[in-house]
Formats: sequence, structure tokens, C-alpha cells
Amino acid sequence: MRGDGIGLTLISPIMRVIEIPMLGLQRLLGVNRLAWVFLVPNLLLFGLFAFLPIILNFFYATTGGDNVLLDDRPYVGARNFLNLVDCSNYLDPNSCREDKFWRAIWNTVWFVTLQVGIMVGFSLLTAIILNRDIKARGFFRSVFFFPVLLSPVVVALIWKWILQREGVLNAFLDWTGIGGVNWLVDAEWAFAWSVFLSVWAHMGFYTLILLAGLQAIPRDVYEAATMDRASPWRVFRRITLPLLAPTMLVVLILALIKGVQTFDEVYAFTGGGPGTATTFIIQYIYEEGFAGAPRIWGMAAAASILVAIVLVILTLIQLWVNRNNVDG
Amino acid sequence: MGRTWEFLTATRGKGRLHWTDWASYGYLCAGVFLMFFPVVWLVLSSFKTEADLQRFPPTFLPYQQQTLSVDGYDDPLPLFEMVSGDYEGMILAQVRRVGLQAQMVDPTNPGERLRVSIDEYERVESVTLAWENYTGLFDRFNFLLYFWNSTFITVTATLIMLLTNSMAAFALSKYQFRGRTFVLLLVIGTLMIPQTVVLVPLFLIVSEMGMSNSLWGVIIPGAATPTGVFLLRQYMLTIPDEILDAARMDKASEWKIYWRIMVPLSAPAIAVLAILAIMWRWNDFLWPLIVLTQSENFTLQLALNSFQGELRTDWSSLLAMTVLTLLPIAVVFTFLQKYIATGIASTGGK
Amino acid sequence: MASIELKKVQKSYGAVDVIKGIDLDIKEGDFCVFVGPSGCGKSTLLRMISGLESITGGDIEIGGEVVNNIPAADRGLAMVFQSYALYPHMSVRQNLSFGLENINTPRAEINAKVDEVAKMLQIDMLLDRRPKDLSGGQRQRVAIGRAVVREPRVFLFDEPLSNLDAELRVDMRGEIASLHRRLGNTMIYVTHDQVEAMTMADKIAVLRLGEVEQFGEPLELYNRPRNIFVAGFIGSPKMNFITGHVDGSDRSILHLDTGETMTLPDTGFSHQQGEPVTLGIRPNHLRVSDDGPVKVQVKSVEQLGGESYVYGHTATGNPITVHIGGQTNIDFGDSVHVGAPAEEIHLFDTESGLSLRAD
Repeated sequence: MRGDGIGLTLISPIMRVIEIPMLGLQRLLGVNRLAWVFLVPNLLLFGLFAFLPIILNFFYATTGGDNVLLDDRPYVGARNFLNLVDCSNYLDPNSCREDKFWRAIWNTVWFVTLQVGIMVGFSLLTAIILNRDIKARGFFRSVFFFPVLLSPVVVALIWKWILQREGVLNAFLDWTGIGGVNWLVDAEWAFAWSVFLSVWAHMGFYTLILLAGLQAIPRDVYEAATMDRASPWRVFRRITLPLLAPTMLVVLILALIKGVQTFDEVYAFTGGGPGTATTFIIQYIYEEGFAGAPRIWGMAAAASILVAIVLVILTLIQLWVNRNNVDG
Repeated sequence: MGRTWEFLTATRGKGRLHWTDWASYGYLCAGVFLMFFPVVWLVLSSFKTEADLQRFPPTFLPYQQQTLSVDGYDDPLPLFEMVSGDYEGMILAQVRRVGLQAQMVDPTNPGERLRVSIDEYERVESVTLAWENYTGLFDRFNFLLYFWNSTFITVTATLIMLLTNSMAAFALSKYQFRGRTFVLLLVIGTLMIPQTVVLVPLFLIVSEMGMSNSLWGVIIPGAATPTGVFLLRQYMLTIPDEILDAARMDKASEWKIYWRIMVPLSAPAIAVLAILAIMWRWNDFLWPLIVLTQSENFTLQLALNSFQGELRTDWSSLLAMTVLTLLPIAVVFTFLQKYIATGIASTGGK
Repeated sequence: MASIELKKVQKSYGAVDVIKGIDLDIKEGDFCVFVGPSGCGKSTLLRMISGLESITGGDIEIGGEVVNNIPAADRGLAMVFQSYALYPHMSVRQNLSFGLENINTPRAEINAKVDEVAKMLQIDMLLDRRPKDLSGGQRQRVAIGRAVVREPRVFLFDEPLSNLDAELRVDMRGEIASLHRRLGNTMIYVTHDQVEAMTMADKIAVLRLGEVEQFGEPLELYNRPRNIFVAGFIGSPKMNFITGHVDGSDRSILHLDTGETMTLPDTGFSHQQGEPVTLGIRPNHLRVSDDGPVKVQVKSVEQLGGESYVYGHTATGNPITVHIGGQTNIDFGDSVHVGAPAEEIHLFDTESGLSLRAD
């Protein structure tokens, strides 16, 4: 925080140069309207790379062909959406016109359910244990947290190396006599390991939030409960859980939002395979739009609008929960 | 003995350990194993030679066969220990192997060739780090180029993001102007629609601006993240307005207030955002995967991903490269652990 | 140095008027205090003068020049803030220099001025410290120093002593007063503490609900308060008030609501027969004597040694405070009779609150 560090001596001259036009604008616009000048760079970025794409997405979703330029794309109305939902039995992707889309949908639904359930469960358990009178709490906390920082590709490679046919896990299983499995070639095992890998990589983040929530519960509430001769289990059921409920809800929704968007680590881990066993909805969008030829932009855009609707609903719930927390 | 035990099992002020304490520590230790072992295994494996990597079951530490220069032979010869047969107990160097037979030589008597069966010997090995896995990355894989691409994207995108976000946060926290609520709502709006669901039009915009297959195509859209604006605004709201008023009375221009007062005073929040941004950009995968299609523009993440497809057998290079990709984040984490943890908990974003 | 003139100055946030047309004339070199209860608009008025807050009506003139549209930085004022508002990331020296740097003063001149001011305010040994390493009093001095070093035409103080403990506050009060004597600048000082106002001011403006209740010299306000509010606000402990109405052919009989009567002096008040009035007497003007007209039931007695305060209430429960020089043997539970010399009596119209003093 030392004001005159090396950084500042480098930046200072630049800032002083910017000050000249800014001062002029300040004279011209007045102090309060100058706020817009401060906002311009950011709004420009947001406008071009956040708002404009949201609008253009609708154009893509309602046009067909494999041209990326909007002028060359014929209007097809809701056909992309209708194709996506053209199914005689939604539970059976084989009966759908876009069977890959529905496989991705069901894979994602299963994946999110399992991953979020298991991850939030373990995060809660870990947070509760870390909230006890534990020695070296800081160390344990960072141990659970550090995979959060690893890149998805690194995470995928770490586990791929462990799980490969002649990997260390199979060596261990051979040694115990159980015998190895070619994990990533088997559809169900590959899916299970994708869930595991995702829990492994992200649980530290949710543990951290839940731990902060637990530590925000005032100590004297627990002391009062002890004076009331409440058993530890009752303290947990009647005090910890209700007071932690808002944090739990936030964690749950955040995990859902991230879960729906799962792509990187699983794509690098299994490539979506074997077959389509671990192909999720974002990978479907990526492959429709970018991976192969022809590039079916319309379908990709239509699918992403469906995902966006889910995300918007989840985010609105989250904002609503946050607001209630603040007010309450 | 009893005393020592009591001391070791005592908790802070509560006396002896309860069974739940044992269970807790048990769980945590299992956690340490599960979280650390994969990374430790990766690092150890990255120091194994390709031959050592092929071995099944694998050894824990990286081993290499010992070699010896023997008079009369140009290259060092691999050493074997004889475990049965005529020469049991001797250490011999192998000259050549033909089928199940091997021609050996006794290093103490290099003139004489000995013929043995290969099931009579075992390799003489010692723990050796295969640094060539790492040095090879620089010679054979253009590692420096990918590293530079990743670094350039990370540093530039972080700087742009810090500048634009802090300016916007300043405007949104310290000025009363018409349309402020509207802008705040817009920012919340972008929070709801992540880039993963606008990939197609984003790609159009980026290619129309001539940034496809260029590092800038990753940098510029990456800087349009609303999290930073929120994080910094929350922090700046806690800076008293009186300090700004004092600066105005001191004839500071609004720009000067921004960079001489607000930026230094928001340093803790800016540091947190910087760390987050570095992490985001360094680990970024999907968007670079779409924009950067030519391998000379690959980031480390893309290079890693494409090599695992191309070089399915070349695990030695792949593992070494994984370690080097992981290293910068590990270093950052070690030094700034506290900042990262609190920062991530306070933004709820990663 | 400059005079300040406010003409019908107004401020409203939407439909809410916070400053309702204030006229004030502050002479060059005056130490003027704005005093009033919280929410009276005194700080807003100060910020309007400084230019940090815009005005929605009227004119502000500084040194004879209308400054309504001149930004704060260009009005030639300096301000000391309630929270000090020191720049936390700068050393004391940088805090003092910042304003001079902004007007591109040569480095040598800045250093000379900073050193001079620091010596004057006895903070010269603190120049390399950060604000967080300073005590409250030291921070206060730095905040004042930051204002002084700029050599402004007018100093503005916004409740500068409210974060200090009682003892320091008395010290700093004296120092600010002596600073005023030494520099001779016009100063405007905002406080909610009437003691600060009385001890420091040349002129006091008592504000309430966005309006000036009275503007004048301290003793003028004390001796001749224009209304019940000023009478109650200035002076400590508070003036005693008893309601009643005037009777008698020569309007000289005051019937108090306590059922007691007293005689009014025949001149000096302009009141009407039967008019509801409020009698006001300062605690130090009340005398305990058996023939006093008002009976007081004593609830508590504070013996401070050199002086004593008797707290009680009248027959109707009206609280009464009596100040007695020296010590007293009045005790809890006693009943005493009190009265006051005719010339120390204040009389107000109960409805309008205005003083009924004739002149």
C-alpha cells in the first residue's frame, strides 16, 4: 500500500496525461455527469461483448444455414427450437430428432443432480468439521481449497493419469486382488469419475463459503444452548442448520449455476465419451457451433437460449435470496 | 508415557479427545490424502523417463537404470545384477540383447564377453529425476511460446479489467447521476448471462472485429466481467465521502481523486480482484478453444489439451507440461492464500 | 479574507425543503458559529457555502462575488471535516502537501509552507507518520493544518471536535480560537454544542428545521433570546419554563398553571390580558427563599462543592432546575420556594414562542 512504489512511478506519468482531457471534460460536463466518462470504457466492453451478443443470439436462433454473417442467414422462425424439442418420448433420446441434444440434456440433469448433491453434502460435512476446535485449521482449509485454483485441463490430466489402464489406481486394485478396470472406456464409470472429478475440483470453494457461514453464527448462541443442556445433535438440528440455511441456499444455487455450465474439465477428461456418455449441454453447443463442419450456428444459439433461461431463473432466485438475507 | 499421550490428545481447553475428534481428524487426514496425493503423484510421475512411465505396477519414486562407461565401448552400458545362473551376485553391463539372450561384460574385466539368459538378471536402478522431460519441452514443444501467450493474455486482460472495472465502480459508488440504477441493473443483467451461453454471437463480433485467431480476441471479451465491478463497488462504498470532499476542497480533479485517492484506498479489493482475474484468465479454456484455432496462438491450457490427443503415448512431456502449467497458480496460492480465500468467499465467484 | 453573504438560500431534495430561505451576513474576519440540534440543516448549509452541495435557490456571495456556480475547489475555501477525512494512505506531510501540489506549487515552497504550518500546530515531529498512527487530537491538528497550509479566504469547520474526548475538546477549542486570532480569517464553525458556540463565536446563528432562529453575538442570544427555542438551546443547564396566563387590570398578575401567582414588572413586556404566556427563568437566576412564589418538590441534589444544582418539579410536575453558588443543605424530599428578580424574567408568547420583551 506504500503510495510511491515502483508501480506508481511507472503509472503516474500516464495518469497525469489522462488527467488533462479528463479535467476538460469535468469543466464541460460538471462533476456528476463526469461519472459517465468513468463508465464509458466498461460500458463499451459490456455493450459489445455482453449485451450485443445476448440480442444477436436471438437472431441466430431464428435463422438457419451454416453462414456466420447474419445477412446470409435465411429466417426460419422457431424451426430451430421446434427441431430441438421434436421428440416422441422425451425420456428416450433415440426417439428425438436431435437425439444428441437430448442425450446432453439428460446427461447434464443427472450430472448436476449427483454432482451438486454429493458436493454440497461433502462441503457441509467438511465445513462443520473445520468449524470444530481443530488444530491447524488453516492448513486443512487450504488443503481442501487448493484444487479450486487448478485449471480444468490440469485437473482432467491429473486424474486421467491416475485412472489410465496402467495407472496407479489399477495397480493398487490389482495388488488388493480386486482387479483393475479400464475406467474411462466404460460409459458408467466414465460418468461416475466425471462427477467425482468435478466434486474434487470444486468442493473447496463451497466449503469455504459454508465455513464462513458457520463462523458467522454467534458463539454465544451455542453457549446458551449448552446452558440449556441441549445435546450436540439437537444443537446441530435446531441451531446450526436453521441459521446456516440461507448460506446453504446460496451455495446450492451457485453450485447449480456452475454445474449446468460444466464443460472444461470433463471435455478435457473424457472428450464427452465414451460415445456420448459424458457429453453435456455446453459441449453440445460447442460441437454444433464450433467443432465440426457444417457449423450449425442456429441450433447452437437456440440451445444456448434454453440454457440461458435456466441460468436466469437460478440467478434471479439467488438475487432474491441475497436480498432477503440482507433485509432479514 | 501416559503424560505424553495426555498432552498429544488434549484439545484446546477441553481435556481429552472425544471420539468425534478422532473421527474429525480421521476425515481430515483422508481429505489431505485425497486432495494432495493426485498432485504429488503427478509431480513424481513427471520426473520419470518414458520407460519408467510404461512400467506396471508403477513405482512411487522415479527410477532410472544405472549405466557405466566401460573401456572399449562408446556409450555408457546399462547395469544388471545377476540373480541366478553362473554369475549370480555379480553386477554386469549389457552390451546387446538378442531375444531372450543377452551379451554382457564384466566392468572389471571388459575384454571378455559373457552370454546370459535375461531371466537371470535384474536391472540395477536408482532414484533419478528425469529433468530431460522438462528441458525437452523447450526444445521440442514450443513451450515458451504457449507460456508467453498465456502470460500475455493473463497480464493484459487483468490490467484492462482492473482499470475499466475500478473506473466504473468509482462512478457507480461515488456519484449521484441520472441513470445510475439503470446501469447497475445492466451490470446485474450481465451477471446472469455468462459467456458460455452467448458463444455464437460473441464469436461473430470477435471475428467481425478481426480478432479471431488473435490473442486480443481472448483478452478483450474476457475483460467484460461484471464480478469485478460489483466487488470494487462494494468496497468503495465503505470509503467515506468526506475524504473525497476533502480532496475536492484540496482542488483535486475528479480524475486525480480516482487515481490518487480511490485506487490506493481500494488496494485490498483491487488485489483480490487481480488475483481472481489472473486465475480466471490463466485457467480459461472454452473461449480460447473457440477463438484460437492455430497452434501458434495456443495458450498453455489449449496446448495441454491438444497434446493429450496428439501424443497419447508421450506422457513424459505431457506430465511435465502439466506441472509447469500448474506451477504459477501454485506459487500465487502459496503467497497470497489468505487474500484468495477471503476474496473468493466475499465475491461468491470463481 | 472575505465576507460571506447568504441571500434567501434554499435547498430542497425533491419536495423536502431542508434549507428554507436563509439570510445571513457574515463580516470579514468574523468567527461565526452555526449551532442547532441534529437535523437542523447546519451541516448542509456549511456544505452549500463550501460548494460541495448545490443550492436550489437564492445566492451565496463570498467577498462580494456570487459563487453559486463556482465549483468547491475554486471558491478559495478550506474545510475541516467531522471525521477529519485525512487521506489514510498518505503520510502527514503528503496530506498537507496534496492541496498545494494540485495547484502546481513549486516543491520547495510546498515544503517551506508545510514545515511552517506543522511547527505552528506542533505536528512537526509527526510529518512522516500515517493518520492511523496518530491520536485523535493529532489527527485533528493535521486536519486543521491541511486547511491552514492552503491559505484560504475562509475556513469552514464541520463539527471538528465531536470525535474528541471532553478534555481534548476544551484544549482544541482554545487552539482554534487562538488560530482565529492569529490568522484573522473569516471562519464558519458548525456544532451542536452550545458551549462551543458560546465560548468561540463572534456571532452565533441558531438554526432549527432549516431556518435561522436568531443571529447575533453570544451574550445577546443569552440575554435576549428571541424565542423559546433559542432561550432553551443557549445556556446550560437549560432555562426553566412554566406556562400560565396574564391577569389583572394592569396585566401585572401572572397566573401560573401550577395554581400559583406572581407579579410581573410593569414595563418591558408587550403582553395582552388573558394571553397564554410562558415564563422563562435561568437556573442561576432562581433564588430559594420562603417568600418565593413557586413551590418546588426536590427530587435530587447535585453537590459539586463550588456550586450545587437542585432538581425538582412544581405542583403540576413541571421540571425545575435551581443553581446555587456554593454548597446547600437542601436535600431530597424537601419542599422549597423559589423566585427570581424581576429583571431576570423572560416572558414568551406560548403559541408563537416569540419573546414578549417590548423592545
